[in-house]
Amino acid sequence: MGNRIVIEAEKAGGNYWKDLFTFKGLLYFLAWRDVTVRYKQTVIGVAWALIRPLLTIVVFTFLGSIYGTDTNGMSRILLVTAATIPWQLFSAALNDSSNSLVSNTNLITKVYFPRIIIPLSTVLVCLLDFALSLLILAGLMLYIGHTPTWTISLLPLFILLTVIGALGFGLFFGALNVKYRDFRYALPFVVQLGLFVSPIAFSSSDIYNRPELHEAVKYLYSLNPMVAVIEGFRWCLLGGTFGVELKYFLISSAVSLVAIVVGITYFRNTEKSFADQI
Amino acid sequence: MSNIVIDVQHLTKQYELRHQKASSYSTLRDTLADRVKALAKGQLSNQTKETFLALDDISFSIAQGDRVGIVGRNGAGKSTLLKVLSRIVAPTKGRIVLDGRVASLLEVGTGFHPELSGRENIFLNGSILGMSRDEIKKKFDEIVAFAEVERFLDTPVKRYSSGMYVRLAFAVAAHLEPEILIVDEVLAVGDATFQKKCLGRMKEVAGEGRTILFVSHNMDAVQKLCNTGILLHKGKLVTSGGIDDVIGKYLDQNSSEQAVFEFDPPAGADLPGKIDSVGIENVSGKPVAEIPVLTHWQVRVNFTIYKPLDHFILGLGISTLMEQPVRTVWDSAKPMKPGTYDAVVSFNDIMLAPGIYKLIIGLSEQQRNFHYEDNVVTFEVSDAAEAKPDDRIINYRSGLILNQCPIQIRQIS
Repeated sequence: MGNRIVIEAEKAGGNYWKDLFTFKGLLYFLAWRDVTVRYKQTVIGVAWALIRPLLTIVVFTFLGSIYGTDTNGMSRILLVTAATIPWQLFSAALNDSSNSLVSNTNLITKVYFPRIIIPLSTVLVCLLDFALSLLILAGLMLYIGHTPTWTISLLPLFILLTVIGALGFGLFFGALNVKYRDFRYALPFVVQLGLFVSPIAFSSSDIYNRPELHEAVKYLYSLNPMVAVIEGFRWCLLGGTFGVELKYFLISSAVSLVAIVVGITYFRNTEKSFADQI
Repeated sequence: MSNIVIDVQHLTKQYELRHQKASSYSTLRDTLADRVKALAKGQLSNQTKETFLALDDISFSIAQGDRVGIVGRNGAGKSTLLKVLSRIVAPTKGRIVLDGRVASLLEVGTGFHPELSGRENIFLNGSILGMSRDEIKKKFDEIVAFAEVERFLDTPVKRYSSGMYVRLAFAVAAHLEPEILIVDEVLAVGDATFQKKCLGRMKEVAGEGRTILFVSHNMDAVQKLCNTGILLHKGKLVTSGGIDDVIGKYLDQNSSEQAVFEFDPPAGADLPGKIDSVGIENVSGKPVAEIPVLTHWQVRVNFTIYKPLDHFILGLGISTLMEQPVRTVWDSAKPMKPGTYDAVVSFNDIMLAPGIYKLIIGLSEQQRNFHYEDNVVTFEVSDAAEAKPDDRIINYRSGLILNQCPIQIRQIS
C-alpha cells in the first residue's frame, strides 16, 4: 500500500503537489476533451482558431493607420500581428481559466483531484490555439519578407510571462467566481476594455514619448501586464529598439508575477470549500 | 484482528444555513451590503446564519476487505460522509486516516461528455476516476464487453439510450482497482439485469481483498453485498456492526408506532400555509398505528392556510421503504381562503400487502410545493388475522397490491 491519506480539519493536504503529479494524466485528458469537443458540429472547424485573430489583425491595422500611430518605420501589419497574438493568448487564457471551475461544477462536486488542474487544462488549450495563430505570423513574415534576428530566441520567455499573468489572474478570479458570480460578468468586460488600452493598434512609444502626459499616467499605463508582454513580442519578432523603458517594463512584468503568487495562494486557501460553495 | 484501513475520529461537518435567501448564489454586493448593515447595527457576526451539523462527531474504523453498508434515512448524512471520505468536501472537525488508494463513485458517468464517443468517454471518465492511461488501455476490452456497447463505440454518447449510457458509465467505474472503493446509490439506475450484474461485479471486487463503502436505500442490495454496516440518523452514528443487525435497527427506526404525526412550522418566514398534523385512521375515524391488511383506511391531514390561494392542491404519495413509489393521489386545484382545514383521504380501493410504507404529503400553490414532508410519516399494514378466511388472498409475496380482478374461464371446445 503505502498510500496513506490523512484528512484533517483546518489543514491543507500536505501531498498536494504530489497529487498534482499523480493526476497529470487528467490534466492532459481535460485539455484533450476541450479541444476535441470545441469544433464538433461546426462546418469550418479548426479554421475558427485562425479567423478570429485574422479579423482582429485586419481591424486594428486599419484603426492604427487611420489614427496614424507610430510604427518606428516597421510594417504596421506585423506590429499589430505581433501584439494581437499574445493578447489573444492572454485574454482567452484569463477568460477561460476564470470560468473553468464554474463550468466544471459536476466534476468538482463528485470527484476529488487537485482543483488547479481545471484552470491549468484550459490554459493548455489556449496555448494550442496560440500555436496555430503563430502560423499566421509566420505566413505574414514570409510574405512581407521580414527575417527575425537572434532576439526571437527570447520569445519563449515572453510566452511564459503571458501565461504567468493570465494564469495568475485566472486562478484568482476563478476562485472568486466560485463564490461570487459577479466576476463572470465583470471580467469579460474588463478584458474587452484591455483590448483598447493595450498597445495593439498603437505602440507604447505613443504613450511614453508624449511630453504632455503626466508621469503618473505613464506609471498607470505600465500597470497593464500586457505592456511588457506585447512590446517584448514585438522586440523578439521584429527587432528594433525595445519599446518600453526598463523601469516601466519591470513594473508591468511585476504585475504578472504578483498575480501568480496571489492567484495560487488564494486558490489554495479557498479550494477546500469549492464543493460546498459552487 | 485484520488491519484497519479507514479510521475516522470525531468527524464533524457543519454547514451554514442562510435564511434570508433561498438562492445559493451570493453576489459580492449582497455580502458587502450585509457587512455594512451588520456594522451599522454594531454587530460583528452575521446573526441571520444558522448552523447545521450534517455529520455530528462520528467515529468508526473499518478493516481491510470489509464491505460496509451505510444506511439511514434521507438527510441522515450518508452522502456527506462519503463526500468527506472522498476528499470532495473538507471536514469541519475531526481526523480521517485512509490507508490505500481511494476511488469514489458518487454518480454514474461523472464527466461524461455528450459530444464525445463511447471510446473517448471511457478514457476521459477513467482518468477522472483516477486511472492512468495504461491502466485504461489494459482494461479497455473488458470495459467494453461489460457495458455491451461494442457496436456503438464510435457514436457520440448523446445518441446513446439511457440504458447504454449507464452501462458504459458503470463499466468504467467497475474496472477501477483502488484499495478502497466508495459507492453512492449508483444502482438506483439501470434495469434489473444490469443491477444484478453490477452487484455481482462489486462482490468480485470485494473478493479481491478491497474495502467497499456502499450507500443505498435498497436494503436488499445492501444485505446481499455488505458484511458490516453503519446506521446514521440526523448526522449521528446510531450503531455499527454486523449488517443484519444494522438493517434490523434501520427498519425498526422506521417502524410505525405512531398514528398521528405533528409538524413544526417549516423554516422560512413567508409561507402561505403549513401542515399541522397527519393521522392514519380506520374508516370510523379512530387513529390507528397499524392498518390490518385488507381493511379500508384513511389519512387525515390538518393544515392551516395563511393567505388566500388561487390554485391549491393537496397531494399524497405512498412509497415503500426501499423508495419505490407505489401510488400518488391528488385533489383538483381549488382556491382557498385563510383558515384551518381538515382533509380526509380515503384509501378504500387498493389493498396493500403487509409491510411498512412511507406517506408523503405535499401542499402546493401554483404547482409549487410550499410544505412537503417525505420523511416523517410511516405506517404499517399489519399482517393481522382479521382477514376473513374466505378471502382469496393466499400469498403475500405475490406483490404489493393484493386486489384480485375478475378472471373468466370458458370452455371453447
